[in-house]
Amino acid sequence: MALLEVENLQTHFRTPDGVNRAVDGLSFSVEAGETVAIVGESGCGKSVTSMSILRLIPEPPGKIAGSIRFNGRDLLKLSDREMRAVRGNEISMIFQEPMTSLNPVLTVGRQIGETLRLHQGMSASQAEARAVEMLKLVGIPEPQRRVKEYPHQLSGGMRQRVMIAIALACNPKLLIADEPTTALDVTIQAQILDLMRDLKRTVGAAIVIITHDLGVVAEVAERVIVMYAGRKVEEAAVDKLFGAPRHPYTQGLLGSMPKLGSSLTGEETRLQEIPGLVPSLKKKIEGCVFASRCPHTTDLCRKVAPALEEKAPGHIAACHYAIKEAVAA
Amino acid sequence: MSTPILEVNDLKKHFPIRAGFFGGTTGYVYAVDGVSFSIAKGETLSLVGESGCGKSTVGKAILRLFDITAGQVVLDGQRIDDMAPGTLRPMRRRMQVVFQDPFSSLNPRMRVRDLLAEPIRNFGLAKDSADLERRVGELMDRVRLPRDAVNRWPHEFSGGQRQRICIARALAPEPDLIICDEAVSALDVSVKAQIVNLLQDLQKELGLALLFISHDLAIVEHMTHRVAVMYLGKIVEVAPRRQLFAAPKHPYTEALLSAVPVPEPGAARERIILKGDVPSPIKPPKGCRFHTRCPYAFDRCRQDEPELRQTEDGHFAACHLHDRPAAENPLAGARGAAVIAHH
Repeated sequence: MALLEVENLQTHFRTPDGVNRAVDGLSFSVEAGETVAIVGESGCGKSVTSMSILRLIPEPPGKIAGSIRFNGRDLLKLSDREMRAVRGNEISMIFQEPMTSLNPVLTVGRQIGETLRLHQGMSASQAEARAVEMLKLVGIPEPQRRVKEYPHQLSGGMRQRVMIAIALACNPKLLIADEPTTALDVTIQAQILDLMRDLKRTVGAAIVIITHDLGVVAEVAERVIVMYAGRKVEEAAVDKLFGAPRHPYTQGLLGSMPKLGSSLTGEETRLQEIPGLVPSLKKKIEGCVFASRCPHTTDLCRKVAPALEEKAPGHIAACHYAIKEAVAA
Repeated sequence: MSTPILEVNDLKKHFPIRAGFFGGTTGYVYAVDGVSFSIAKGETLSLVGESGCGKSTVGKAILRLFDITAGQVVLDGQRIDDMAPGTLRPMRRRMQVVFQDPFSSLNPRMRVRDLLAEPIRNFGLAKDSADLERRVGELMDRVRLPRDAVNRWPHEFSGGQRQRICIARALAPEPDLIICDEAVSALDVSVKAQIVNLLQDLQKELGLALLFISHDLAIVEHMTHRVAVMYLGKIVEVAPRRQLFAAPKHPYTEALLSAVPVPEPGAARERIILKGDVPSPIKPPKGCRFHTRCPYAFDRCRQDEPELRQTEDGHFAACHLHDRPAAENPLAGARGAAVIAHH
């Protein structure tokens, strides 16, 4: 049994002009200790998915349906009280903005200690000692001094390290990282990605990383889920996805990204464009969600939504025309 | 080489820090501290660096959105940094800007037609209202937006379409130079490609010079002719694109290249992870500004500030390593391929 099993997740929002199907029938699973990336462009539902797992979506106007089984328990069936015992303890989360996710009037040590005192029943002094330990673990120099500092005294990269320290303080089984490096500079991003890889080895938590940056995906993930317009369109092991993408959207995404070192090959290339716009999620989409922008669209695509199908061992895509490998019997 | 469209000589911009009840100046933020470069007609120069390195301040100083502390800005042979407002106004027509966020840079209460007509009217370019209408229509064609969209409001457009409107607005007064300050950074990957392609097409069609300010090295490499790398208010390296990416001559450039995540799982590349953070521009380190994070720093770097010097044809770097014999210079070879895993 997988650590996290999301089945037919539907997160919809009621708005004045119709229901917004932000996530529409998403299923995936995460094994213990595995790193899974969810990628897609803004509005594809990747962040809503992560918020749904922790039930951070306000209901109403939101509505979450389907099932989210974590360690065998359906999180959607837990009471609010039981859910609070899961958040920050068994599943924790890192957000994009380290500036706004830390409390500016509490010391860093207090904020790390808070989860420990709440979930593990530690005393104030035990929590502080553990906070120092955590700061050391995430590579902050002089942890004894830093533990008494306030967020504004730290740089952006340090703040994100503190966020990671808070998230890992209770030894969670699952860490959800929502665009953890997007707000950071590239040299700092490299430090944080390096830290996440290291911590994964030492702490062993499973990680779900949500990002729009395919470079980051290639650096940290083992398995990748590509989302488009609230649905999963492709899923594969990281080398398969980058090596032989099956869905036209994934192919388009990879083609529209300039690659570092492109000038060294000598040939001038034009970036591939994905024409058009993401469809509105407020209307029911007949047929394939990508049909309006896909270069290979036929009448079939406009009428019938393609099912997620195994195109090669462990490689799933939702496309009528994706090449299917003959699976040896 | 013909006369450059833009020349910047030893540009400095120091922002005073005011504190206390009487608002006395207690120090300065050395945002830009001696930057020189030039851009030829029809050329793209990219200014790259991390947040706080002063790249946007350079752009704003050229546009004279504020007065500079010292140095010169020369637009097509004329100094504009000390020009009186009246004489500067016609010069402003020749340099335009596109900012990062297309959501906040368009007036939500103006229709697209009025947004595009405003700069044309401002500089008195249209002969009559029919000419104005014709020019607006042409601008819409240039940025590949349907002509009938001129009656719509900014909120009716997506981010990419709004950025097209911003570009059309920048093109309206027929400039020679457009400063793109992180113009594609806020856009989604697929839309980013559309705008990058559009900018490249426009440059070819109109012979525009571009100052492309960005932190995204892959985009920069794709669309630029030359690159200038900034760190803490100074340019540390300038080179034609291929030279810079094939053989970076400054340790900071090398580290930047190696830090960019590439969409190639398991790529074999050398990783240089810089320690610590960028020092504060209020108190920049003595000697070489990069020595606190440089993996190759030696004694001299802590005392002498290196000057930007030519290492090979058109390739300038500010690093003491190049005074050493090649065997003791880790940047002597073509290091680009090793750190960016090029196949």
